[in-house]
Amino acid sequence: MKRDKKRINVRAYLYSLPMGIWVTLFFAIPIAIILIYSFLEKGLYGGVEWRASLAAYKAILNPNFLIVIWRTVYISVIATAICLLLSFPASYAMARSRHQTLFLFLIIIPFWTNSLIRVYAWINLLSTEGLINNVLIKLGIISEPIPMIYNLFSVILVLVYMYLPFAILPLFTAIDRFDFSLLDAARDLGCGRLRAIILVMFPAIRSGFFNALIFTLIPIFGAYTVPLLVGGMGSTMVGNIIVDQVQKTRNWPLASAFSVILTLISMIGVMAMLGSGKKKEEMNEKLL
Amino acid sequence: MEYKGEGAKGVAVEIRNITKSFGDFRALDDVSISIEKDEFFSLLGPSGCGKTTLLRIIAGFETPESGDITFDGNSILHLPPEKRECNMVFQNYALFPHLSARENIAFPLKLRKMNKDEIRRKVDHYIHLVELDGHEDKRPAQLSGGQRQRVAIARALVCEPSVLLLDEPLSALDAKLRQNLLVELDEIHDKVGITFIYVTHDQSEALSISDHIAVFNEGKVLQTGSPYEIYESPSTRFVASFIGDTNIFPCIVENSVYDNNLEEWLITVQIDELGSTVTVTDYDDIEIGRRLYFTIRPEKIRIVGGERKLGENSFSGFVDEPVYSGYQSKFFVKLDNCTFIKVLKGHTTYLDDGPEIEWKDRVSVSWRAVDGYLVKEEWSEKR
Repeated sequence: MKRDKKRINVRAYLYSLPMGIWVTLFFAIPIAIILIYSFLEKGLYGGVEWRASLAAYKAILNPNFLIVIWRTVYISVIATAICLLLSFPASYAMARSRHQTLFLFLIIIPFWTNSLIRVYAWINLLSTEGLINNVLIKLGIISEPIPMIYNLFSVILVLVYMYLPFAILPLFTAIDRFDFSLLDAARDLGCGRLRAIILVMFPAIRSGFFNALIFTLIPIFGAYTVPLLVGGMGSTMVGNIIVDQVQKTRNWPLASAFSVILTLISMIGVMAMLGSGKKKEEMNEKLL
Repeated sequence: MEYKGEGAKGVAVEIRNITKSFGDFRALDDVSISIEKDEFFSLLGPSGCGKTTLLRIIAGFETPESGDITFDGNSILHLPPEKRECNMVFQNYALFPHLSARENIAFPLKLRKMNKDEIRRKVDHYIHLVELDGHEDKRPAQLSGGQRQRVAIARALVCEPSVLLLDEPLSALDAKLRQNLLVELDEIHDKVGITFIYVTHDQSEALSISDHIAVFNEGKVLQTGSPYEIYESPSTRFVASFIGDTNIFPCIVENSVYDNNLEEWLITVQIDELGSTVTVTDYDDIEIGRRLYFTIRPEKIRIVGGERKLGENSFSGFVDEPVYSGYQSKFFVKLDNCTFIKVLKGHTTYLDDGPEIEWKDRVSVSWRAVDGYLVKEEWSEKR
C-alpha cells in the first residue's frame, strides 16, 4: 500500500512537470522580475539602475495616478457586473434550449475575427459620423449626433461586448449540468419560482459563477486596447499608463510598480469575492 | 370502467376527464379516476403511457388542456405547485446536493418559518420514521441509493401533506433492496395514514402494495380496481397480458347458457389456434358470433404426465421447454395441433400427478371453466 502511494506521488509530480515548467518560465519569473524592477531606480534612457528605491511607489501616490487606479477599479466592477447580469439569463436560456449547439456556435463566431478589428468596428458604429448616429439623424429622431464614443460609456460598452462570452461559457456549462428537477422539487416543497432559483440553483452553479467572474474581471481590469481605441481623456485605465511608462516616459520602475499594484488589487478582489461567496453560502444555509 | 370510491372515508382526489397533449402526442386522453382517502393507489402502465404526466399534473408541473382535479372537493388546477397540498418523491430523488440529509428534510419547514425547536423535533421524528438515524448529517453524495430514497420520502412527508405522490421511487434500486423498501413503504403508509399515489411500471410492485390500481396504456385508463380484480378479471387484452403472465387466444362465441349451479353464464367459444371449443364462465350473457379473446393464466392450468383425460378443457401435447426457477417450473407445452401454451407448476407433488415431468414428455393439460375469462380488444366500447 505504502509503496503504491509513493509511486503515484512520483508519477503525479512527473505529470505536472510540464505545467510547472510553463508556469515558472512564463509566469513566476516575469512576475518576480517586475516585482524587483518596481523597487529599483529608473535608468536615464529606460531600463533600471540597480539601486534599491521606493521612488516608483511614491510616484503612484500622485493624485492623477490614484484617480486612474480608482477609475480602473470601478470600470472593471461595472463592466463585470453587467457581463454577469446579462450572462445569467442568456446561459439559462441556452441550457434550456434545444438549439444549444447553434447558440454555442454563435457565441464562438466572434473569436474568428481579430479583437482589434472588432473594436474598430465599434468605432464605426459609435462615432459621431458613425452608423448609429447617421441612421438616427436620417430618421429624424435626433438633430445633433449623440456623443457615444471616447468616453466612459463606450469603454464599458465595448468591454462588456468583448468579455461577455467569457462569462456566458462557464455559466452555461454550470447551468447545463444543473439538474432541473431540483427546481421542481423546491417548488413542490413550497418555494415560489424565483425563490427556487435563488435557494437551489444558485448554490449549485456557484463554481460556474465564480469562473465567469474571474474570466471577466481580471482581463477587464488589465484592459489596454479598448480604453486606448474607444476611450477618451476621462477613461484612461491602468493598462494604458503602464504602456505609456514603458514606451514614452521610459520609467520602467514606475510601470513595474503599477503592474504590481494591478496584480495585487485583482488578486485581493478575487480572493475577497471567493471568501464572501463561501460566507454567503453558509449564511444561506442558516437563513434558509 | 371507472372505479367508484365507496369506502367510508370518501374521495380524497378526484381526477375528471383530464386530457393533455405534447405537440401531436396525446399523453392523456380523457382520464378519470377517483382516489379514496388514505388509500395506496397505483398508476400502473408501460413507459410512455402517461402515468407520470398525470402525476406531474397533480403536482402542478404540467397543465392539462381540459378536465379538473379536486382535493377534498376543491379544484386545485389554478394553484401553483407550492400551494398544493401534496408533495412528491421524485424518480431521481431530486435531493439538494448542497444540503445534508437533515437540511434537506428541514428545507420545507424553514420555508414555512417554523421555529427552530419545532423544526428539530419534526425532522428528528421523520428521520426516525424512515430509519435514517445516524446518517442525518451526510450529504446526498455520501448516501447510498436506498438512503437517498428515504431522505426523499422524509422530505416529502415532513410538511404533512394530505397526498403523497411517488414517481417510480424504487426504479433506480436493485431488486433485493426494492423488495425491502416496498415493505417499508407500506409500513410508512400505515403509520402516516395519508393518501399515496404511486406511479410504477412494475406490475408485481403494484399488485403487492396497492389498495387500488389504475392500469394505463397509451394515455388511457383501461381498468381501475383492486389488485385482485385487476389480476383475476382483467377487462381488456392489454390488462390481461400486462399484469402477470397469461395465454391469450382469439375466439368466437358459439353458445351461451345460464348455469343455475354456478349462477353464471357458461359460454362455449371456438378457438382456431386450439382447433377446439373451450367452455368458460362469465357474469354476462354474450351474443353468439362475437369475436373476443380467451385467456387463461399459466398457474391455473393443471399439467400431468401421460395421456389422461382430466375433464373439461383438456388437451395433450409434449413438453417443449421446461424452465426451472426454484419454487416452480414453467413449461412451454406444444399441443398436438402445434399451438404452444404456457403452464406453471409449483413444486408440490400430489398423489395423482404421476411421475416428474421432463423435457419431451407426453403431458396432458386442462383447466376449469371458471378459471378462464373472455376479454375484449382495447378500444371497443361494448364488451
